[in-house]
Order: sequence, then structure tokens, then C-alpha cells
Amino acid sequence: MPTKKVNTWKFHFRGSSLIVGVPYLWLLVFFLCPCLILLKISFADSVLQIPPYSNILKWINDSAAQLTLNFANYRLLLTDDLYVRTFTTSIVIAANSAFACLLIGYPMAYAIVRSRPKIRMILLMLIVLPFWTSFLIRVYSWVILLAPTGLINKALMYLGIIDQPLKLMGNYCAVAVGIIYTYLPFMVLPIYSSLEKIDNSVVEAAYDLGCTPIKAFFSVILPLSMRGVATGFSLVFMPAIGEYVMPEILGDASTVTIGRIVWNEFFTNLSWPVASALSVMMIIFVAIPVMLWYGGQQIRLNKKLNIHEKV
Amino acid sequence: MLLFGYAFMYVPLFCIIALSFNDSKFVTAWSHFSFKWYKALAQNSIMLDAALNSLKIACFTATISVLIGTLAAIAIVRFKRFKGRPFFVGMMTAPLIMPDVVVGLSLLLLFVSMTNLLGWPGEHGILTVAIAHITLSLSYVTAVIQSRLTEMDSSIEEAALDLGATPIKVFFAITIPSISSAIMSGWILSFVLSFDDVVLASFVSGPQSTTLPMVVFSSIRMGLSPQINAMTTIIVSILTVCVAIAGYVIYHSGKKISNRSRQEKKRWQGLM
Repeated sequence: MPTKKVNTWKFHFRGSSLIVGVPYLWLLVFFLCPCLILLKISFADSVLQIPPYSNILKWINDSAAQLTLNFANYRLLLTDDLYVRTFTTSIVIAANSAFACLLIGYPMAYAIVRSRPKIRMILLMLIVLPFWTSFLIRVYSWVILLAPTGLINKALMYLGIIDQPLKLMGNYCAVAVGIIYTYLPFMVLPIYSSLEKIDNSVVEAAYDLGCTPIKAFFSVILPLSMRGVATGFSLVFMPAIGEYVMPEILGDASTVTIGRIVWNEFFTNLSWPVASALSVMMIIFVAIPVMLWYGGQQIRLNKKLNIHEKV
Repeated sequence: MLLFGYAFMYVPLFCIIALSFNDSKFVTAWSHFSFKWYKALAQNSIMLDAALNSLKIACFTATISVLIGTLAAIAIVRFKRFKGRPFFVGMMTAPLIMPDVVVGLSLLLLFVSMTNLLGWPGEHGILTVAIAHITLSLSYVTAVIQSRLTEMDSSIEEAALDLGATPIKVFFAITIPSISSAIMSGWILSFVLSFDDVVLASFVSGPQSTTLPMVVFSSIRMGLSPQINAMTTIIVSILTVCVAIAGYVIYHSGKKISNRSRQEKKRWQGLM
């Protein structure tokens, strides 16, 4: 029976404006404001001064101001081959890594759900444990394995399979391995929680109706866990696109991703407007679609809940 | 597949731990057992100063994020209608999706503009790094506390209100204690996030406020370093001890096992 909740708090609590106000103000000042400044500077010109960008708002006389928007930065990003290629490779690497994470993570989550409850706790803890260790260290552990003098090359040479160290690091593949390694828990946990929610009687019904285990998996379990898969996929894919640390450590000069290019434009070329424009592009092409998608999911979820309540 | 997955996750870490006791200057060439690199780490003043900075920033970040995050979670769960609520919720979740590089860059630009306009914060240091970390971890903390608050039975609060308790008293006597586990895990989570961050800190830190991840990052970029192996071993052992204690407590609380594991799960769902 759905019960109607009376929101007594709203009427009783006088400090409500404080409760809403403090976090609201924080976000306005330290999240929205920076984004607007980013947008503003992305329309400015690079000039040799401190700070290195021109002011887009100029006072002509005391009463009128002139706003000059400079689209050159964006034109550069959309036409220069380097930036276009960087955007596409970053997205391809992120998608491939997320897909590989899914291939490794789904069977793991499935095996954990199937295991006995006592062991399940321990297995889950082992999944979360690396999340609490520094991710820099986890990336570094792959340097130890993949470096020219690293353990894998040493082992292969010791076994006599190769006589020259292989170049395992400094390519997009090594970057992907780093991403898969660090983000694997983010894939396993949402899939695990969506698998755990599945009512076992549904699966048993499928068996009773003559499904083979494989068919039951593909026609019942997999569709019911799609929400977890989607969450896991976006949790790996999203941060992987803007990744700076992994390509910097596991890649070399040729592995240029968006995160690295923003960093280089800002710190090395001191071209703040171009770095800002790149960031704005990343927000427009990556963050906003995902937010809209999440919003859509939320609305759909609420609709489903309403239907259930009516039934 | 499960075994392969765990091997994939743990073998690289065990390699580092084994190599941290290596006497050789070359990281991957084994000579013989020694504590040499632990001694070197203990005398590395750059590393120690940075670790102290990181510790200060992480404690400050965690405390402030929990304070503001609790308010934000209450605002989202309890006040269904206030001006700009969807916008507020959107801003709350956006930092989870935004790449670190973008957040770091935009905050630095903010600090530069603010210094030009208001003369504050001027020099970048521990405070600016902490502000950046709070902005990032606020979203996580709010998500964790929010999920606990949503499932909390509000009838106790209503009963207390009916019996004449003031809202403030109800808040401190009932609401806060019942979400205390979420507040705790929010604090730990935000501490770890802050202690682990390298990108935001690189953008907004000043010369006096280098954090431990920044030092580790630059030494990794130089190549393999035995001192990092020693540090990894220390971090992993501290963590294992913590988890073992937590596991022991959970195991010996008998009946509470199922209850606790549900809480743990909720915590992760909050993280997701």
C-alpha cells in the first residue's frame, strides 16, 4: 500500500532558507561561475600579458559597452586536423576501454551474485579495496609491468621468446589498459547491484518454461540488468574521455588525448582561450548529453514507479 | 573468469610490494632483500612535506564537504519545492560527469578573475586546493547522504514533532544520529578523493602547497622509482589493516551481518 507522505518539515523548519542557501551559494560561486568564466575566456584572444587573454567587454564611453566575440578559437578546433583527430581518438579509446571493462566486469559481477552469501561479502570487499588505494599507484603498477625493462619484457626474454624488449608502453593500447584497470570497480559494482535486484523466481520461471541456461541468460537476466550495464558503461566512459594522467604516464608524445591537449595548451603554450574553448567543447559534446540522458532515465524511472503505485 | 578478474586487479599490486624490498637501484632487477627504500622514503623531506599538506587539505575538505553535503542532501530530499530545485540538483550532479581537467581549469580561471576583481584569494595555496576538492567531493557526499535519507523512516521525526519537539531538536536528536553512518562514509570518501587527486591540485595549487599525489606523479613521470614501491606497500598495508578490522567488527556483530551488508550496498549505490 503506498502511503501518502506529509511533508511536515517544510512547514516547521524555519532554517530552510539556510539549508538550501548554503550549498546553493557554494555551487553558484564555485561551479556555475567558473563555467561562465570558461565560456567568456573561450571567446577571447590570446595576448602576451598577465593573464594572457584579451577582455571581450570593452567600454566605448561611460554608458555603452562593446562585446566582441571571437570565434577564431572554435574555428581552429573544428578545422585543425590535430584537434579533430584528438577528439575522435579520445572517444574511441574511452569507448573501447568501457567495452573491455564490460567484458571483464559483467562475468565477475555475475559470479559474485551467484556465490554464497558469506563469500560474497569478501569478494565485494576485494572489488572495492583497490578503489581506496591511490589510482596513481595503480597506474604506476602497470609501468612496472610494461616498461622496456619491466617485468613482462624481462619474463619473455628470460624464457627466450624474444631477444629485444618489446615496446609495450607508449601506445594507445597501454593507455586503454590503464583505464580498464583503474575503472573496473566502477563497472562491476553497478552491474552487481542490478543483478542482485533480479527476482530469482523470474529466472526459475524461464527454466520451467524450457529455457536453456544460455537462453535464460540472454532473454531474461541480461535485459533486466541493462540499467546497471548502462550506468557502469557511462561511469567508465565519461571520465575516460577527459583522462589526463593515464596517457601522460602510460603513453608517449604520440598518444594525445583531449585531457592532455587542454593541459598542454594551458600550461605549455599558455594559450588560455584555446584551452577554454576545448573545455567548453568537451562540456557541450560529452557532459551535457549524458546529463540529459540521466535526466531522461530519472523521469522514466519516476513514471514506472507511478504506474506501480497505481496498480 | 572471477579468478582472472581478481588476478588482473591484484597481481600488479603484489609485484610492487615484492619489489619494494629490493636492494637494487634498478627497480625490476632483483638483487637481495632490504629495507633501504623505506629508509630513503622516511628521509625524503619533499615527500613528507607534501604528505602533510595533503593530510591537512583532505581533513579540511572532508569536514566542510560533509557539513555542506548534509545540508544539500536535506534540501534535495526534504524540500520538494523551492525555487530552482531542478537547477540545483543538476549543478549537484554535474561535477560527477565533468572531466577533472575542465573543473581544474575553470576553477583556476575563477580564482584569477576573483583576484583581479576583489583581490582575493591572491596567492594560491592550501585554501584554493581545498575549495576545488570540496566542490568535487560535495557531489559524492551529497549522493551518499541523500540515498540514506531517502530510505530513512520519517515517521519518527514526525512523531517527535507531534510530541512538541522543536525542529532543531528533532534534527540533532533524531535525523543526524540516524544518518550518521552515511555521514561517516561520506567523510571517508571525500578524504580519499581529496588525498588521491592530482589534476585539480596541479591547476589550483601554489608553490607552497604541493600535495603528495603531485610529487608522486612527477616522480613517476621521471620513470620507475623504488621509493614509490615502498610507499605503495605502506599504503596497501594500512588499508588492509583497516579493512581487516572492519571485517572483524562486522563478523563479530553476529546478527547485524545482513543488516550491515545492506548498508554497505547502499553506500556503494550512493557512490554510483
